[in-house]
Amino acid sequence: MAPRCRRYPLPLPRSSTGSGSRRFSFSPVDSSSAAESGVAGSTSRALHSGVAWYAGIRGKFYEGKQSSDFYKWGSGLSLGGVRHARVASMAAVGAKFEAKPEDCIEVSVDGKDVTIAKGMTVLQACEVAGVDIPRFCYHPRLSIAGNCRMCLVEVEKTPKPVASCAMPALPGMKIKTTTPLVKKAREGVMEFLLINHPLDCPICDQGGECDLQDQSMVYGSDRGRFIEAKRSVVDKNLGPLVKTVMTRCIQCTRCVRFASEIAGVQDLGVLGRGGAEEIGTYVERLMVSELSGNVIDICPVGALTAKPSAFTARSWELKSTESIDVSDAIGANIRIDSRGPEVMRILPRLNEEVNEEWISDKARFAYDGLKRQRLNEPLIRSADGQLEPVSWARALKTVAEAALKVNPDQMAAIAGKLSDAEAMMALKDLMNRLGCERLWVEGNGEDTVADLRSNYLVNSTIAGLENTDACLLVGTELRIEAPLLNHRLRKAVRNLRAKVGVVGPETELHFKAEHLGNNAEVLASIAEGKHPFAQTLSKAKFPSIVVGSGVLQRSDKEAVLAAVQTISQNANVIRDDWNGYNFVLLNAAQAAGLDLGFVPGSRATVGDKSSIKFLYLLGADDLTPEDIPVDAFVVYQGHHGDRSAYRADVILPGVAYSEKEGTFENTEGRTQQTSPAVPTVGDARDDWKIIRALSELAGVKLPYDTLNGVRARMLAVAPNLFRVDELEPATPLPKESLPEVKAKLESSPFKRAIENFYMTDPISRASKTMAQSTAAFSRS
Amino acid sequence: MLRQVASRGLAVLRGAAASQRTCAARVFSSSSSDLHEQIRRLGPLSREYSTALNLHRNTTDNNPEVPFEFTQANLERVKEVLSHYPKNYKQSGIIPLLDLAQQQNGGWLSISSMNKIAEIVGVAPIRVYEVATFYSMFNRQKVGTYHLLVCGTTPCMLRGSRDIEAALLKHLGVDRNEVTADGKFSVGEMECMGCCVNAPMIVVADYSNGVEGFTYNYFEDLTPERVVEIVEAYRKGEKPKHGTQNPERLNCGPAGGLTTLLGEPKPPPCRDLSAC
Ligand code: SF4
Ligand code: FES
Ligand code: FES
Repeated sequence: MAPRCRRYPLPLPRSSTGSGSRRFSFSPVDSSSAAESGVAGSTSRALHSGVAWYAGIRGKFYEGKQSSDFYKWGSGLSLGGVRHARVASMAAVGAKFEAKPEDCIEVSVDGKDVTIAKGMTVLQACEVAGVDIPRFCYHPRLSIAGNCRMCLVEVEKTPKPVASCAMPALPGMKIKTTTPLVKKAREGVMEFLLINHPLDCPICDQGGECDLQDQSMVYGSDRGRFIEAKRSVVDKNLGPLVKTVMTRCIQCTRCVRFASEIAGVQDLGVLGRGGAEEIGTYVERLMVSELSGNVIDICPVGALTAKPSAFTARSWELKSTESIDVSDAIGANIRIDSRGPEVMRILPRLNEEVNEEWISDKARFAYDGLKRQRLNEPLIRSADGQLEPVSWARALKTVAEAALKVNPDQMAAIAGKLSDAEAMMALKDLMNRLGCERLWVEGNGEDTVADLRSNYLVNSTIAGLENTDACLLVGTELRIEAPLLNHRLRKAVRNLRAKVGVVGPETELHFKAEHLGNNAEVLASIAEGKHPFAQTLSKAKFPSIVVGSGVLQRSDKEAVLAAVQTISQNANVIRDDWNGYNFVLLNAAQAAGLDLGFVPGSRATVGDKSSIKFLYLLGADDLTPEDIPVDAFVVYQGHHGDRSAYRADVILPGVAYSEKEGTFENTEGRTQQTSPAVPTVGDARDDWKIIRALSELAGVKLPYDTLNGVRARMLAVAPNLFRVDELEPATPLPKESLPEVKAKLESSPFKRAIENFYMTDPISRASKTMAQSTAAFSRS
Repeated sequence: MLRQVASRGLAVLRGAAASQRTCAARVFSSSSSDLHEQIRRLGPLSREYSTALNLHRNTTDNNPEVPFEFTQANLERVKEVLSHYPKNYKQSGIIPLLDLAQQQNGGWLSISSMNKIAEIVGVAPIRVYEVATFYSMFNRQKVGTYHLLVCGTTPCMLRGSRDIEAALLKHLGVDRNEVTADGKFSVGEMECMGCCVNAPMIVVADYSNGVEGFTYNYFEDLTPERVVEIVEAYRKGEKPKHGTQNPERLNCGPAGGLTTLLGEPKPPPCRDLSAC
């Protein structure tokens, strides 16, 4: 039987902007089949990024099994003339790849025959065969540099060992990885790498999780012959997040490639040569990128480490908890490393569909805010205006009494940016039972309608945005609002030469984008088809629109959204096989809030806040004290003594995301859960439990006593919130049913939704690291 | 100044390095006198690299504010250089453009000249800095009117290039990569310049006649005395004869005339082509 293999997404030509004056260059391995498989033209072009290495291609692939319909793979191959082929999870598009034996070749690795896709490298072939190849410079998500030489293997009939990461596998190649030649080559390379390495593992933060340490144990020789003086390299200042000890650097250039290829900041480079080669910026300059912390993870040695957590913990004494980031609406998958009651650091977890293996600096470094300004006991404002600690019973009783004294029309509840779905469910139920319908989630605006799910989600999916070939950004500074989504769009620009037009505040997006203007007129002219970008969109095969949720704060938001709808209809952005209409949310709580209907009910008064007599703030801090009427009774339930806590009459201490099991929905409609990594602080309680207890005292007892009870209730309201780790795509609306909009566009410019990327929520506002970053990187 | 800082840093390192060596040396030697002998033989404990410092510090005459523009004549040459490469590979022209800028700028590349080139070829400045730091022929600090480059690679080193450099530095009273007070001379190191047969050698980059009159001449078969004479000749405004300084030699032929190949060389034995 012919070997089965799924269609291999073909390499696209490298753009000329690629950096690197010292890189190997090969001609494309296989140009003929590019045309034949019709990659460029097919709707399913898309496709997977370099996951082969991680996503378990090993085994899965060569046995020819499909683990799921949408499981697709590609190689992270990017030779000089060949670039990463992409596959995104196109759940919405539903592309499938069929076996195509002619795209496969057979090679033998250590005597074992494996079938691999054409264009894979020798190193990838070894991966498929389940043979580990040591490596430093090769990284599946970066271009191939081939400069560390650690991956040397023997190939029959070649006179010298070959660098497997940079060598395309050819049919019938006999690869050997266990011969004395390979052993000697690895020992030799390792000895050279260690010549200039300070061997200061006992004082190095990377110790215990260092590639160099591990690989020298396994592949290195037990002694070196070098007795000369070692060199030393001046440390570079990359800002308050990344600590450098450049003498440890082995010049793998991963950080340089990461900066220019992923982060899009062309600041790092390889300077000097030979023994004097070093990584640096040449001129005094910080690395300003929202993704800069990721260089810490990709640096295989201890040259780049985390400054905030320097010298605080050893990797083996930490307890790891898999969780979800809540600092923005992307819902990056993270691992919280803790020791005792303290969060010591936060690292990304691999999730191809959400964050790949990157997280933003805020997600990574804001954790020190979890240790500051925490609310740890219930407080009541006494007659003299001071907050006094009281028992839970008394605090809850005070709140219940105050609530019952007020007319339901004069009540309101706001859920903050970090609220979990359980707490919002409970709060909504409580307020509804009290007769109040005036509820909203911060960032969603006070009068949002949540009827159409497809109107407030990233419908192309986060990963799917990589496939767009023309994108219109409306009222969003994507790089600041959602750095990881911006990165996906950047990939589309780099790989597919997508055209990006921006209507909104002018920002550096780190890729080529045309700023069309910052006013509604431009939007109107695109909608009328007068603007040239309208043509760009309609000509595109996978057009997309990204609307920022800052738009919701505009008084003419309906008109703006209507204009966007018109554009999307004209350009055929929403089709059966592709939905490019994307609404980017800012906060972790927003999507779940909308799904749960945490929006004002039909009877609610909207707008005028002066009538509010009872205000329940679930970690909501965006209202300024002036917005809150003087005679209103304010309950603040939250984990940080942030802005609104100062105005509160009663403070109920809740828990932060690192301490609770909470459900969050990200901006593409994916339900994910956090897990408690550290114990709660002081007398704080789970948020939904506080509300449940309060309901009893207020005489409107909520019908659930357990977390599962709340979740069962969520299942009834928004079933998708019950299906954890699943993406629930929204059904696009049939065009005819779009409501008629009478509102007029206003001429005011689109405002920035986020002034300071580093401080957006109570946790990051309490973080010292984020304050330092603000000082170092803030825009003028 | 930078050099002083650097050498102070190295002094600190020395302690660490010495203990490293002790461990390593223990593997190879059995007695302690052996060890001391080995350490003595290691020579200078610091390592010197031919590329100067890999980072830029602003000074009054070298900072991004100092303007740099190609002259009209050179702009023509920039165009000419770029015409050699496809439009989307303009960065291939970085090296020739750096060379042009260096000549125009009196032998060294200011930070603004590199920024200018980055702008011309449309890459980030760091990509130009990478190239400029890679090649030791690009000077990123001011050089003298006569920039003397001593070859430090193995053949020249074996034939005494260290003495040549020492003589130069002593005579001029400067350190490597430093300019004399009168701005006339500076000394740098270079890797093999392909003239090993006449080792040791130096090269003199002569900027005294501007871009047009720029010369780059080899002086070979040097002795510490001869190299000082050459410097003095330049100081007087003379142009000493370049090439081998050994009067008995013609170019790179053997001293004292040919010893082989005296007659007409025999043609190679050819196959009888008509036989096949
Ligand atoms: S700093 Fe780290 S990632 Fe960058 S080149 Fe050095 S070893 Fe590689
Ligand atoms: S991994 Fe192949 S050369 Fe570095
Ligand atoms: S070693 Fe000096 S020229 Fe070759």
